[in-house]
Amino acid sequence: MSHSTAINSLQPSPGADSQPGQCRTGWIGQVCTALVNSRAIGGLVIKELFRRKDFYALFVLTALITVILGSVNFFNEAHIVRYLKEICLFLIWASSLVIAITTTARQIPSERESRTIFPLIAKPVTRTHVVLGKFLGCWQASGLTLVVFYLFFGVVSGTREHHWPIGQYMQTITLHWFMLGVVIAMTLLGSIVFAAPSSNNTITFIVTVGILLVGRHLNKLALQFHEPAQSIIYSIYFALPHLELFDVRDLIIHDLGAIDVLVWLAALGYAAVYTALFLVATCLLFRRKAVN
Amino acid sequence: MAQNWLRKAGSVDAILKIENLRVEYKSREASHGIKVALRGLNLSIDSGEVFGFLGPNGAGKTTTMNVLLGFVPPTSGNAFIFGTSVRDPIARQRIGYLPELTYYYKFLSAEELLRFYAKIFRIPKRETEQRIDSVLKLVELEHARKRPIKTYSKGMQQRVGLAQALINNPDLLILDEPTSGLDPIGRMKVREIIQRLKQEGKTVFFSSHELGEVETVCDRVAIMNAGELRTEGRVADLVSRHQSTLEQIFLDIIEYKAAA
Repeated sequence: MSHSTAINSLQPSPGADSQPGQCRTGWIGQVCTALVNSRAIGGLVIKELFRRKDFYALFVLTALITVILGSVNFFNEAHIVRYLKEICLFLIWASSLVIAITTTARQIPSERESRTIFPLIAKPVTRTHVVLGKFLGCWQASGLTLVVFYLFFGVVSGTREHHWPIGQYMQTITLHWFMLGVVIAMTLLGSIVFAAPSSNNTITFIVTVGILLVGRHLNKLALQFHEPAQSIIYSIYFALPHLELFDVRDLIIHDLGAIDVLVWLAALGYAAVYTALFLVATCLLFRRKAVN
Repeated sequence: MAQNWLRKAGSVDAILKIENLRVEYKSREASHGIKVALRGLNLSIDSGEVFGFLGPNGAGKTTTMNVLLGFVPPTSGNAFIFGTSVRDPIARQRIGYLPELTYYYKFLSAEELLRFYAKIFRIPKRETEQRIDSVLKLVELEHARKRPIKTYSKGMQQRVGLAQALINNPDLLILDEPTSGLDPIGRMKVREIIQRLKQEGKTVFFSSHELGEVETVCDRVAIMNAGELRTEGRVADLVSRHQSTLEQIFLDIIEYKAAA
């Protein structure tokens, strides 16, 4: 085909939406555009994650350990089986945190470093769309990873025990996924604040693990201090997202039965609020930051 | 349809209008204070023109493009594309941008990259595939459409850039040194494409250091120096007015003095 023929075929076909930006106006149009752009950018994040080799290395390693430990049954001893299940679930938690934090931390810095952000925002894309897209992509990718991990674990564990607590699994996965949403949003905020992805990785990981381990004890710790330290520690206790609330591995390990639906929904709402707060802060900071 | 849209936007002829544009940067070194990159730039580009934007390094060409593309907010003044302020992202719905260097997702193939950008422009799926075929034929990358971009040569990457700039069938193309770093054949191909686009009635705004290339393809040129517009006009008019070549005019305007 000659150049001119090729250019001729670039002309919009009759009836085609050649000016798609016009088709919707007002805030509905803006929301619609934000959704379309965020989904497109999110799709890119997922594609990148699944084309990287480090993801597969971690995935295969965790899956392998899960399969081996989950299938071992020493003398039908329930305590040992529970202990092995606990190790497997701990591995799933650790892997999911590593995947979520490392994937998210490099998103915006790598866009800026490789300068792919320029052709992107030269399109009708705002920085808010970029942040939302990156969040959606990382969150979806984490969700997919969780489904695969828990599916492995559930199938192995279920075939040994002949017991399928689907309700508990659903609640555990959703709570875990929403907790990762908070962590991902926090990491995105970190990627705007800190210059290097490595420092963001380290700081976010320490903060997350810190919240998981000592978050619930901060109020007791505050009682041991005098003012103003006591008020400061109390403020931190009430302000930080209590990620430990989402750690319901015991539901599966000890077969404790499902959580009340209202409590489960309230926990998801709690995570959604913190995620939104972190995302708003990220968007506001990113809008003020020079892209070059 | 395009004409109606232009009328609604308030301007039929001036596709791109820059009014008293000033851009200041805070210098990284405290002793330098504020650096003025653009000082009250006024420019207007009409529909169907190929406009060359010239100037030495640091003249303010890239800053102007950065403002037009929404990378940098203007300190004062404004710029309009199709009558819409560049502060509004929708102003970029009908433009295509080719950066000086290739900045694309290297893990994607050419067709995946084009599909991604088509999604952003909300081009319907069936039309997307047609357009991908067309632009890849135009830039002669059909044979490599499924290969990851990281395996492409520099010339091929520049052509992918041109393909992505054309995916939305833009009415205005902003090209930042489109032939930079290309071999003579690559340059010729890019020049040919620009000329074909001109024949199709597209408006092209491009910066370049290649004065011969500018002379060949441009209807009008503007020459910048130290953040100010020094001259603008039709190439033939400038040449006859100054009784000199475009290169000599450029050197005179930027007050270049050859070493004795």
